[in-house]
Amino acid sequence: MVRFLAVRLSLIVLTLLVVSVVIFMVTEVLPGDAAQQALGQSVTPESLEALRAKWGLDRPCYVRYFDWIGSALQGDLGDSYKYNKPVVEIVGPRLYNSIILLVFAFVISVPTAVITGVWAGVRRSSFGDQFASIVSLVGISLPEFVTGILFIVIFASWLHWLPSSSILLPGTSPLTRPSILVLPTLTMTGVLFAYIMRMTRANVIDVMETNYVRTAILKGLPMRRIISRHIIPNAMLPTISVIAVNIGWMLGGLIIVENVFAYPGIGSLLLVAIQSRDVPILQALALLIAMTYAVSNLLADLSYGLLNPRIRIS
Amino acid sequence: MMTSNTIKGRDWTAVFRTGGSGITTSVRALKNQFMLAFRTPAGRIGLPIVLIHLTLALFGTWLAPYDATDFVGPQLDAPSWQFLMGTDVFGRDILSRVMSGAGSIIGISAAGALLGIALGTIVGMGSGYKGGKTDEVIMRIMDGLMSFPSLLMALLVLTIFASSEIGQRLPQEGWVILTIGIVFMPPISRVMRSTTLALKTQEFVQSARMRGEPAPYIIFREILPNTWSVLAVELSVRLSYAILLASSLGFLGLGVQPPSPDWGLMISESRRYIVAAPWVALAPAFAVASLIIGVNLLTDGIRQASRLPQKGTYP
Repeated sequence: MVRFLAVRLSLIVLTLLVVSVVIFMVTEVLPGDAAQQALGQSVTPESLEALRAKWGLDRPCYVRYFDWIGSALQGDLGDSYKYNKPVVEIVGPRLYNSIILLVFAFVISVPTAVITGVWAGVRRSSFGDQFASIVSLVGISLPEFVTGILFIVIFASWLHWLPSSSILLPGTSPLTRPSILVLPTLTMTGVLFAYIMRMTRANVIDVMETNYVRTAILKGLPMRRIISRHIIPNAMLPTISVIAVNIGWMLGGLIIVENVFAYPGIGSLLLVAIQSRDVPILQALALLIAMTYAVSNLLADLSYGLLNPRIRIS
Repeated sequence: MMTSNTIKGRDWTAVFRTGGSGITTSVRALKNQFMLAFRTPAGRIGLPIVLIHLTLALFGTWLAPYDATDFVGPQLDAPSWQFLMGTDVFGRDILSRVMSGAGSIIGISAAGALLGIALGTIVGMGSGYKGGKTDEVIMRIMDGLMSFPSLLMALLVLTIFASSEIGQRLPQEGWVILTIGIVFMPPISRVMRSTTLALKTQEFVQSARMRGEPAPYIIFREILPNTWSVLAVELSVRLSYAILLASSLGFLGLGVQPPSPDWGLMISESRRYIVAAPWVALAPAFAVASLIIGVNLLTDGIRQASRLPQKGTYP
């Protein structure tokens, strides 16, 4: 177990190193550098040079890479070009907002999706199962911005129940205005629910066809017991890794959802950073997202090992 | 986004039996697959939806009652007999814009998915065939690329391309296609690599090696024809992702630029007037949704049907 962890952690470090180089190179080749962007076209070459020197843009690129990665390791991600503040101060509150959204979406979608998936898988090909399959297929097919817009049309334009956008005053927590959280959470939940439900259902169907479940049925065990002792533990194994992988994947959906609702999280910040060539923020966010992705994949593998005795022993 | 594992559950013996004449068998297989689509409810619903979209993609601009970029009516006019889906903030007919926009999104997504498959096939097969250290390094890089959510990676790639010096000269559509291709390359290369690894040990590949055939010949004439079915599955899965990605990029304002009638862009533009004029969003939202649902239903139907026995009806 310790060896496994050590290997996996070093692989993560290696991957993140590759990722950091990629991110750096990507942001490096962004044309019309940030100094030009900040000062505009009609600027004297002297003041352009001065700003480049201030931001350290005049040094060779490998020096800047090691400088960046070195201070990043110490928790210093530089200053934002656009906001003139340390990146950590800008990303921090936004990250908090995004995490709230993710946690709500996760807490709602995972249990409901697993329960529905087991329910549908056990009643394979019944009316309820087919209905659930169609609903979930529609769910995974709808892009987040379509679901989000439809929710806005229904709940904000027609029913006037909820606000159409989730703008927050800087410094306030979304928890103080729960009404703005409802639609973004619902939108995130939709896709996640459909995806996890489909995986659970497929796994339950696979397990239902195994010999041990047939034996259990034939020896007359009550169905409740078969479901809780035989089917769920075995069907949950692959499902859990899907759920963990989804944490990283949700971060992609987050970019869309936050932009649909103008929710002040890291997803909307990312788009602003791209539009304004705010390289330090872009680097920090890309690294953050890649790291979350890698760690959630590791958690998936770990939970897999913990739940599956066959893997645990070997 | 999601990793597909098409290797598992494939009937490899069937693949090997078909042997070398890959293209004719795959054309026949494709025809059979479309016939198969009719055998499941999912396929029966999905196929017509996809066909309607394909018709719109080819003839949408002619069929549309107005020109997509003309200001033909009052601004933000509610749906009426004259403008069935209403008009947008510039007084353009929304129905016409949606109909004319089908071609660009379907073309971009299909081209992007095909490009991704081409790139992934070259990288994956080359890497798998070469093996050893090269394979190890290439696959690590692919893992690194895959540790971004695909949308984030697309945003980064697109930003670099579209704003570079050469970027201005190629139309934005081209860059979106290229971006989709690059984003799809790593997962497809993984699939193609493991397919190649499985095929590499087969006797017909071994004997080609013994004959002293050059590596490109073995890769393209011996291995590639045996991967058509894997590629077909991959293409069908990738197509709906490509539509999702292309329309999401459009929504974020990084895809096709205005005034082109792009569905994602239309939804994003409707955002500002959504409370007063919700109809501006409805038609393009319905269009994107039905296209992806149609493609997913069709591929789902074909997949289900190909697992069913050849005779008998779907339960």
